[in-house]
Amino acid sequence: MDLDWRVFCRDTIDGEFVRGCLGDAERITYLDWLLSAWGWTLSVAALAWIVAIAAGAVVGVLRTTPHRPLVILGNAWTELFRNIPVLVQVFLWYHVIPALFPLLRAIPSFLLVVVALGLYTSARISEQVRAGIQSIPQGQRLAALALGFTLPQVYRHVLLPQAWRIVLPPLTSESMNIIKNSSVAFAVSIPELTLFALQAQEETARGIEIYLIVTGLYFFSALLVNRILHIVEMRLRIPGLIVVTK
Amino acid sequence: MIEIDRVSKWYGSFQVLSDCSTHIGKGEVVVVCGPSGSGKSTLIKCVNALEPFQKGEIRVNGISVSDPKTNLSQLRAHVGMVFQHFELFPHMTICDNLCIAQVKVLGRLREEAMERGLRLLDRVGLKAHAHKYPGQLSGGQQQRVAIARALAMDPICMLFDEPTSALDPEMINEVLDVMVELASEGMTMMVVTHEMGFARKVAHRVIFMDQGRIVEDTPKEAFFAMPRSERAQAFLAKILSH
Repeated sequence: MDLDWRVFCRDTIDGEFVRGCLGDAERITYLDWLLSAWGWTLSVAALAWIVAIAAGAVVGVLRTTPHRPLVILGNAWTELFRNIPVLVQVFLWYHVIPALFPLLRAIPSFLLVVVALGLYTSARISEQVRAGIQSIPQGQRLAALALGFTLPQVYRHVLLPQAWRIVLPPLTSESMNIIKNSSVAFAVSIPELTLFALQAQEETARGIEIYLIVTGLYFFSALLVNRILHIVEMRLRIPGLIVVTK
Repeated sequence: MIEIDRVSKWYGSFQVLSDCSTHIGKGEVVVVCGPSGSGKSTLIKCVNALEPFQKGEIRVNGISVSDPKTNLSQLRAHVGMVFQHFELFPHMTICDNLCIAQVKVLGRLREEAMERGLRLLDRVGLKAHAHKYPGQLSGGQQQRVAIARALAMDPICMLFDEPTSALDPEMINEVLDVMVELASEGMTMMVVTHEMGFARKVAHRVIFMDQGRIVEDTPKEAFFAMPRSERAQAFLAKILSH
């Protein structure tokens, strides 16, 4: 098998080799396209992550409150978004919801994918946040209440700072998943890595090189997230509470 | 100070408290004892409304704890509570454990809270540990911090829920010493405990509970001399036999 990595230096229109591999205003190489696609992947993932963390934290907290209607609301949210395949959810946001709510037609498909992926992941994060909070001994909540904290203060000062640390390892997996799951965006024509791979290998007949590079970029991106969150985890550890194993 | 008036509580159809009534006056130290499952921990948690109850009334300093109009946070802020498992906040230093409620609940300035916290920490003999985390202290030390944390709120009374039953034997006394001192200063205290030595030393009254009822509520001397009920006699015989 002969691999020809120079494919990335070709112009995307006429197939000519471009000196230095990076194009300019007139010429776009496959490397340019690859980097832009990587940028789209990271953008979809990063924005969806923000949506997922914000919604997941709120819903997870609601599910641990002593107020029944809030618990039911949170449970319904979680079950709704985690029981439908993520690809189907992307299609729902892209095809169905704008049809039902004409106002949403003005929203670019990029943002619809962000919402779809974000809400899907929020259901999973809410489950982890709920489990994290519920794993804290009940006595912590009682002790905080006994000191005169209001319920929001109990969460703010006692439960969440502890839950946050418990939830970090599963949250790391979830953050890596969101990068990988962002590949579903190709289905609604977001020019991210997977779409790049599909199109570029057809144009160049160099599928192996292209898929290997794309694989490498996904792997590297997820690994980077993993390392960053691992550092956060180490920084936040509480002396005397958690035995650190390297 | 604490008036408990015909309180009953059910978990589903199971009755955990039946018609409990007692009154704890200002400066009084009352020990609540009884076999496990007798409802003593539940009763003490009802006093600051950590546990709801279905019937009866509890008033602390004249304020009903079951009245929906009562500001429970405000009431609890001045009723100190010490738990069996200490319940210090593990993610905060000892110093922050002592300060946070003073600042967030009572609205004290951080410096003021700190000064007060450190003074109390000194009183329980742990000033040198102010910057450690709870997980770095022994159980007895943690419980002394927990007492200091409750005292930092200037409580009008203190509730102790089995404060020594999670401790190793050699650490029990360091905690009891702090409690004895507190009692001698005239603090109103309701103490759920099996430490009969403590009861003998500082209690004014002993309440004996069994199966959710207050079976005996007598001055200490009478209780130790000869409890009226057979169940209390059997309990005492068992607990004092070794």
